[in-house]
Amino acid sequence: MKTIVYIIQKEFKQIFRNKGMLPIIFVLPLLQLIILSNAATFEVKNIKFGYIDNDHSSTSRALIEKFNASTYFDVSSRFSSEKKASEAMLKGVVDVIIDVPPYFERDLLKDKHTTLGVTINAIDGAAAGVENVYITQIVQRFNQLIKIDLGQTSDKQFQVSNIETIPLFWYNETLNYKTFMVPGILVLLVTMITLFLSGMNIVREKEIGTLEQINVTPIKKSQFIIGKLFPFWVIGIGLLTIGLIIAKLIFDVPMLGSLILMYFYTSIYIMVILGIGLFISNFTDTQQQAMFIAWFFTVIFILMSGLFTPIESMPRWAQILTEFNPIKYFVEVMRMVMLKGSGFMDILPQLLKTILYALIMNGLAVWSYKKTN
Amino acid sequence: MKRFIGFVKKEFYHIFRDRRSLFILFGMPIAQILLFGFAITNEINNVDIAILDYSKDATTTEIINKIAASNYFSIKQIIDREADIASVFEKGEVKAVLNFERNFSKNLITKHKATVQIITDATDPNTANTISNYVNAILQPYQKGLNKDVTIVYQIIPQTRMVYNPELKSVYMFVPGVMTIILMLVSAMMTSISITREKELGTMEILLVSPLKPFQVIIGKVFPYIFLSIINAVVIVMLSIFIFNMPVQGSLFLLALESILFIISALALGILISTISATQQTAMMISLMGLMLPVILLSGFIFPITSMPLPLQVISNIIPAKWFIIIIKGIMLKGVGLQYLWKETLILLGMTVFFIALSIKKYKIRLE
Repeated sequence: MKTIVYIIQKEFKQIFRNKGMLPIIFVLPLLQLIILSNAATFEVKNIKFGYIDNDHSSTSRALIEKFNASTYFDVSSRFSSEKKASEAMLKGVVDVIIDVPPYFERDLLKDKHTTLGVTINAIDGAAAGVENVYITQIVQRFNQLIKIDLGQTSDKQFQVSNIETIPLFWYNETLNYKTFMVPGILVLLVTMITLFLSGMNIVREKEIGTLEQINVTPIKKSQFIIGKLFPFWVIGIGLLTIGLIIAKLIFDVPMLGSLILMYFYTSIYIMVILGIGLFISNFTDTQQQAMFIAWFFTVIFILMSGLFTPIESMPRWAQILTEFNPIKYFVEVMRMVMLKGSGFMDILPQLLKTILYALIMNGLAVWSYKKTN
Repeated sequence: MKRFIGFVKKEFYHIFRDRRSLFILFGMPIAQILLFGFAITNEINNVDIAILDYSKDATTTEIINKIAASNYFSIKQIIDREADIASVFEKGEVKAVLNFERNFSKNLITKHKATVQIITDATDPNTANTISNYVNAILQPYQKGLNKDVTIVYQIIPQTRMVYNPELKSVYMFVPGVMTIILMLVSAMMTSISITREKELGTMEILLVSPLKPFQVIIGKVFPYIFLSIINAVVIVMLSIFIFNMPVQGSLFLLALESILFIISALALGILISTISATQQTAMMISLMGLMLPVILLSGFIFPITSMPLPLQVISNIIPAKWFIIIIKGIMLKGVGLQYLWKETLILLGMTVFFIALSIKKYKIRLE
């Protein structure tokens, strides 16, 4: 026991002695949490909007005024010809172009219907879909308005049967992205710091040659590993704590569930990550290799965690792969406990899988760690 | 010059001797682009939902069948009580519950109005919002069918044209992004590590006392990585063309030049990182922790930059990846040439020069 305490002391001293690393471990992640959580939004707004008005009528002006008034559209430019408009789109100045055809008003009054050209830059397919919905909504509302303006609303004629849909957004009525993203980004930061630090730590001693010195001491394998990993576990928990305080104070993220449950889960989760880190360390010779492998898995874990893009939309085989992604479970648990107030029984499946994962990874790591070459 | 060539040769030997790193270097980007190209999509389909139907009449059954038949939803559960909604959400089994009111058909006929609640788990606001839009989209044609006899007057019909990506494939959005992230991180990481490694192992001193000039040492170290990154870029572009059917509307030659420019700017950033860090560990942590999330989040790879708060839109301008993503999309999807992309190209060029100048200034040729 005493041996472990000494190793832990040594490790802490090494971490805190490296002045270059301290801000990277503690300041950088928290700064990113504060800044980047604001960036992660799928909301589509400030759409760069341009129009061509070939009609110059009061109706066309009124319609464009509606787009102007909408908070979604940022009406930046008016084009005199289609050519100029599409040139602006190629330059990326506008993403949506409305083309009011000539005789727009006359056709509307005479034929009772007319068309409106809409061009959307669809490279971001999802955003384009949303933009299309917004445009349709504005035009539909405008249609209703002309009906009323032209006094065509006799009650009889408009006895339409309506199925009314009432959207209710539970747990997050204002559709605030930050409450969704902050827990997830916090998870990423805790994971990245603990994985990178633990992955590099032992391989560094290997590379510098100090590992041999430790190997010839009477320190046991298990003592050494526990002593090495414990400080990172503490750092992980510490980061989570500061991150949660930031989430509460700056982003006002609701914390409905039990904090104890959150810490209990996190303490097991960090063991999974440390196990992976140690495992990587054992199978690499240089810090460079260790980092590349850690990086490879982190990028995959992050992008396939359901944090930024939904897992349900992935093809079947990819969904099965995500079952091996520890970040996925952590993101799920954090969101469930913090935002929905899920209890112990609700997160039990994730918890059991994480425990199993921790046992397997640490087992493999300890097994593959050799004191002799 | 001869000395310099000798030095570059040495660097190549270093790299090619470490088979494992080399394997990782080429294997990883390929694995990642394949995995992400197929798996990542922000389209929403196959959402698990539950139904709470108090009417159980012909109309609700018909609507439920329509919803079940769409690709967007799969009906996971039928629940009977409002109280169950909270528990299915807390377990995370479904993302939405459709709640049909009592006497749905009757209300529709007598009151001309019937209500269905779309209760969504809005902890994921994007999915919640999209679900609600999709349900409406499914109900609209059904409603039109109900109102066949009523003529609607005065209609403006928008005719929408989706340009550059008519099928709204999310691959078009993600492949350029993944390509950028891989090139950026691999290039920055490799150079920053290889230079600090010499510092840490003490061999930098030997290089410093050699007759090579400091900038020759740096260029010599970076040169092999330019070569490796170009191979990586070529492989990624080939994969995106042949496997993901990404079009290259513009000039392939321009794409190659721009990619080289971006690779050099990422390598220059790596040099800069190496000049300010003493150990490999610090260098790696800066290039991984410092670059990974900002590049993923602020480059417009997943999240649209125009939707971000203004300060972040301003910050996003200093991310080289943002400009490269605009350039790739421009060349591959819009088919534009340099006359449209000169601004972005100049910015990338400026950043590269800045990184290099700063590194030269910070580069220490004396020992501490």
